[in-house]
Amino acid sequence: MLISKVEMKSLMLGWELPPYNSGGLGVACYYLCQAMAERNIEIDFIVPYLENHGVDFMKVVSAMPVSSEITRRAGGIYDSRKWTEEMPIDADVMPGNLHQQRAHLTAFTKHYVTRNKVDVIHAHEWLTFEAGVAAKKLTGKPLIAHVHATEFDRSGELYGNPLVHEIEETALSVADRIIAVSQLTKDLIAKHYGIPAEKIEVIHNGLTPAQLHATGDAASYQYLRAMKHLGYKVVVNVGRLTAQKGLRYLLEAAALVVEKNPKTLFLLVGSGEIRDELITRSAELGIAENIIFTGFLRGTAWRDAFAIGDLFVMPSVSEPFGLTALESLALGTPVLLSRTCGVAEVARNTLKVNFWDTRAMADNILMVLDEPALHHELLVNGQHDIAGMAWLQAAERCAEIYETSARMRGVMV
Amino acid sequence: MRAICLYMHVHQPFRVRPYTIFDASEDHDYFSNPESQADNHQIMRKVAEKSYLPTNAALMELIKRHPQFKLSLSLSGTVLEQMQLWAPEALESFKELVATGRVEIVAETYHHSLAFFYDREEFERQVKLHAKTILHHFGVKPRVFRNTELSYNNELAHWADKAGYKAIITEGWEPVLGWRSPNYVYRPAFTKQIRLLMKNYQLSDDVAFRFSNRAWSGWPLTAEKYVGWLNDLDADQTNVNLFMDYETFGEHQWAETGIYDFLKHMTDLFLSSKGNTFMTLSEAAKKIKPSDYIDVPQTITWADTERDLSAWVGNSMQRQAINSMYQLSDEVLATRDAGLIEDWRRLQASDHFYYMCTKWFNDGDIHAYFSPYSSPYDAFIYFMNALRDVKYRVAASQGKL
Repeated sequence: MLISKVEMKSLMLGWELPPYNSGGLGVACYYLCQAMAERNIEIDFIVPYLENHGVDFMKVVSAMPVSSEITRRAGGIYDSRKWTEEMPIDADVMPGNLHQQRAHLTAFTKHYVTRNKVDVIHAHEWLTFEAGVAAKKLTGKPLIAHVHATEFDRSGELYGNPLVHEIEETALSVADRIIAVSQLTKDLIAKHYGIPAEKIEVIHNGLTPAQLHATGDAASYQYLRAMKHLGYKVVVNVGRLTAQKGLRYLLEAAALVVEKNPKTLFLLVGSGEIRDELITRSAELGIAENIIFTGFLRGTAWRDAFAIGDLFVMPSVSEPFGLTALESLALGTPVLLSRTCGVAEVARNTLKVNFWDTRAMADNILMVLDEPALHHELLVNGQHDIAGMAWLQAAERCAEIYETSARMRGVMV
Repeated sequence: MRAICLYMHVHQPFRVRPYTIFDASEDHDYFSNPESQADNHQIMRKVAEKSYLPTNAALMELIKRHPQFKLSLSLSGTVLEQMQLWAPEALESFKELVATGRVEIVAETYHHSLAFFYDREEFERQVKLHAKTILHHFGVKPRVFRNTELSYNNELAHWADKAGYKAIITEGWEPVLGWRSPNYVYRPAFTKQIRLLMKNYQLSDDVAFRFSNRAWSGWPLTAEKYVGWLNDLDADQTNVNLFMDYETFGEHQWAETGIYDFLKHMTDLFLSSKGNTFMTLSEAAKKIKPSDYIDVPQTITWADTERDLSAWVGNSMQRQAINSMYQLSDEVLATRDAGLIEDWRRLQASDHFYYMCTKWFNDGDIHAYFSPYSSPYDAFIYFMNALRDVKYRVAASQGKL
């Protein structure tokens, strides 16, 4: 156990923090940093946009004077031109497309480290990896690459973007240590990026009870409450509507479920580029009435989506961790995972199917909705699994990695 | 004089294949899964080759070498059926053992069920069916009773006494024995003739569970060490009841661990001391005077740290599954459809409920080891789907569909 009294200063490179997040990355960064601050680690956290996050446990630094909304849209894959070229805004505050944004972040980070002393550089996700490598070159300080997902995960069943692969490969080779959010991700990094396994540490995400207060009455969903009163059951997914999340398979399974049990509703919470495709497919399958798309939610409406569910389904093609599964258990809804979810390493008492096996998925869903005993056992035992999963443990492990890395010192590249 | 009462239990259930709600009402075959390694046929072939054949050969060798060597066996009806179907040479080798007159066959429920606790009439039907099957294969009539998982209470002892059995067996569990040792013959409370033999779980589990465990302080377990422990017992202790799963030999403890050499050397060495012998269960009950009576108002078993029925009906899924099944009793029997009744009875095997156990945190590992499924939830889902199909077939035969 390495417990050092030496205070360390970490330069964190991130892409988003709540409430300006589009997914789990921002949430994980936020709670990890909060716990690390409690562990007396000083953090400067660089984000690519300018917003007030209301954070007092670290210093949030803005790399570009542009709102998160514009940054996100300009960085998007599909309609970014509208935001980078057609928007009637000042040339000074143009965020540029995703590549330009990364270049901005890198330039800003280089500038920042020449004026501020840091002991360790901690980069989250490929978007910040170039900035992390540059900062390491300039300062000679250790670089920790924190992998929440790789391009292999994000691209679903396709190969992904070769440029992104290259950025990941370079940074993972240069990094002094790598943090993977699950064993699944560690194995993938070792296999596909040729990184020695000894360099990779698994640190599972945590769960902060304070972030979750189930109201129990799911007040945001009066309509669903009424339907449940009429004997309907609700299956929930919370996540971005992207290929990686496997929602296409959930729809195929939903059709099988509805055929056996028409009183089943599927609540899909989130936004994303395959939304229109999913809507079209649910109509083709003749189950459009049973599928409810809420769009992106946060706050009470987000939280209550878990609570209203009878079952949470995470059908991801690839899910390095899957924080929402923990949140669901904490909010009182048992979980069905695809076998390719890292969170299964900690939440053992969950149903597991192959994402492509839509019959098995439908079969499991039907049984949970029909058998209170199964629902009960999954919930009680699942909650037991996650009871000890505090962010403080994750922060403790990060601090250990900082200290060993600082002692060994990064080799200059 | 001191006797080892060696008793081994031979059983295989008909495991339920991954049976979905989409199979129910379409495909009534719950038990065959030819594509899978966990198919009942494949498992029987594997166990016959790894365990039944080599173990029976070792036992036959000991029977021929030592006139005092004897043992008792129970074989469930379902394992006999599976041997008949898929490993007839294994069934033959059991018959040869019994034909020597030194292997006693013990009575039980045909389907390895917990029916005694849920449906007494069904229980008695299964015991009768088993006795008939044993007579058919081995030409003997069992005189000793064992209930599934060595589950036991006063009521069961009373039943077995009235049914005319000479002895009944269960776990030698301290909360029941108190200061007493399991190494005696006892009399169950409130009975007249029957005797009770209780498992010495320390010495049994040293072989069955710990033999190849390198983390155990007793490892490596040599015949010298083990017989030393046996000979060191108090001189007036009459019988050491070594009760275990037959599959201990060759399956749970592989041949490579030296388990067969141990069995042979242990027997040779034990019998080389004057006064040491082996007895069958009914022989011990007849020859050894009971030293006390044993009162067991609660139900005990030989499993898990609790030694109760919680491994089978401890969680709500298990209770739901078993209650749903026994509720169908009258309706299933009323169909007089032999195939349907047999399928329903196969679903009664205690194994199905054991696979649904969620006691991960202490005994969970042993449950996982013996389960063909990746989780207890899968076990529940496949079982309940099969039960739905049973209900469908019942409704169909009643002309409701």
